[in-house]
Amino acid sequence: MNLLETKNLTLVKDNRPLLNNLSLEIWEGHIHAIIGPNGAGKSTLANTIMGLSGYRDFSGDILFMGESIKGLSVDERARKGITLLFQEPARFEGLGVSQFILAGAAKKSTSLAEEALHKAGLAPERYLKRAVDKTLSGGERKRIELASIYAMKPRLVLMDEPDSGVDIDSVKFIFSVIKELRKEGSTVLLITHSPEVLKHADHAFLICAGTLVDKGEMARMFDYFNGKCVPCVHVGTPESEIQLKSLAAV
Amino acid sequence: MSEMTSVDKEALISELLASINEHKYGPDIAHIEVHGNEVLGKNLVEGLEVESASIENGVEVSIRVKKGYTIKNPVHFCFGIIPDNGVQRIITTTVIEEGAHAQFMAHCTFPNAVNVQHIMQASIQLEKGASLSYFERHVHGPEGGVTIKPVTRVTIAEDARFSTEFELIKGAAGIIELDYEAECDKNATVDMLTRIFGRFGDRIHIREAANLKGDGAVGVLTSHIALKNSASAVIENEIVADGSYSRGHVDCKEIVQDQAVARAIPIVQVNNHLAHVTHEAAIGSVDSKQLETLLSRGLNEDEATELIIQGLLS
Repeated sequence: MNLLETKNLTLVKDNRPLLNNLSLEIWEGHIHAIIGPNGAGKSTLANTIMGLSGYRDFSGDILFMGESIKGLSVDERARKGITLLFQEPARFEGLGVSQFILAGAAKKSTSLAEEALHKAGLAPERYLKRAVDKTLSGGERKRIELASIYAMKPRLVLMDEPDSGVDIDSVKFIFSVIKELRKEGSTVLLITHSPEVLKHADHAFLICAGTLVDKGEMARMFDYFNGKCVPCVHVGTPESEIQLKSLAAV
Repeated sequence: MSEMTSVDKEALISELLASINEHKYGPDIAHIEVHGNEVLGKNLVEGLEVESASIENGVEVSIRVKKGYTIKNPVHFCFGIIPDNGVQRIITTTVIEEGAHAQFMAHCTFPNAVNVQHIMQASIQLEKGASLSYFERHVHGPEGGVTIKPVTRVTIAEDARFSTEFELIKGAAGIIELDYEAECDKNATVDMLTRIFGRFGDRIHIREAANLKGDGAVGVLTSHIALKNSASAVIENEIVADGSYSRGHVDCKEIVQDQAVARAIPIVQVNNHLAHVTHEAAIGSVDSKQLETLLSRGLNEDEATELIIQGLLS
């Protein structure tokens, strides 16, 4: 079953087409990945699905559980079960880790905050009483944000570079949270360049210049991306029209 | 004010403490309760000397922590006026003698204020190697009929440390004219933090200043202010660095909602090429990244804003 569909999604910002007639389906209960070179539109797609400011003026449609969410605000989409792990986690002066983790949780209990921190590989006794501020590293904040998503129990998680800023030894905790989320019924859409993270995906969409180039089983898509995918001419350059035409012909 | 019986005093102390959610203190905790111009109660511990005298509309208090003593538990001061109007002048002289250490917690409570003035003139002297942490929490009523004018001058001798925190987040602020000034000698440290939530027609003026006179002196001035309705705030934080290797930082964050108005004037002056002072100021609406993160967890805009402000003022 399709949990989410984008239909002919086109987003133009500053006269640059960032998403170009993009249609894809996200199946419920699966782990999907969006792959593509820098500037391909991967994060733009995640931000558009979430409905962030600056990503709401698009043509086409986004269906979640069969219903259009085009007119919904970020929080309305979140209350339907969509959430986003931001590539660069925000800092919150003075806001406690526990408060932050439980902000979107239906059950506001310290035990849930502790469990979520454990899943993200962070010792609750070291973090629960701290603030989500500059005293935490970017990697720590990323894992705390991941813990907050675990506590929220969403239906669809958009993860924008979940491993960025996280040290190699701790990446395993990112996988562990992804697995847990799946086990509890969440669908995951990964945006990443990391081969290690991509191993955990079932399916992938290859996009370039905001256009869907190919889709399919993860291993094949990854081989394609690493082997046959030619460097793209990105949107906004004089060659982009030619590139888009050639991509459309693939 | 007419003479009070001990029963009246006990009742008033209870009322003052109840308004700040405190209970009676144990015998090992030093505390002083002042209502209007009368010292109602006092308990001292070894190493701490406090003398007080009533003056017109207030009290004069002299505090001394004796050389080498560390006062284990925070010393609690409770200043307040229970009726809806009145004037309270508090004149304090504090000396923390060489190598002595203490923490003061001042609770200023005006729960029913409609027209109350609270004027404080404080002089604080920290001798060599001493430390004092001074926390001042205000509890005001919902109407904000309070004018607060705390003026504090602090001298911090070599290797001494002074930190102060002014908090007013419950009740309406009213009119606040806070003026703190500190002078740091060699390797001395000053850390001032102000956290205020201004509402309705509150008028807030904060001036925090540090002069880093001595070599290696350190000063940090922080103001976190949230404003809504038609409240206004002017924050003037100033660090002057004279000493070699002295370091300073001024940090002002103000969240502004509705028709509120905020102004920040950070002043940094360096008179020694070996000193270094920085400043940062962020004023305006709630940070969009923070807001969108919380919105994407399902909080609505009001809930998300409240949580962000709660964090800023915590």
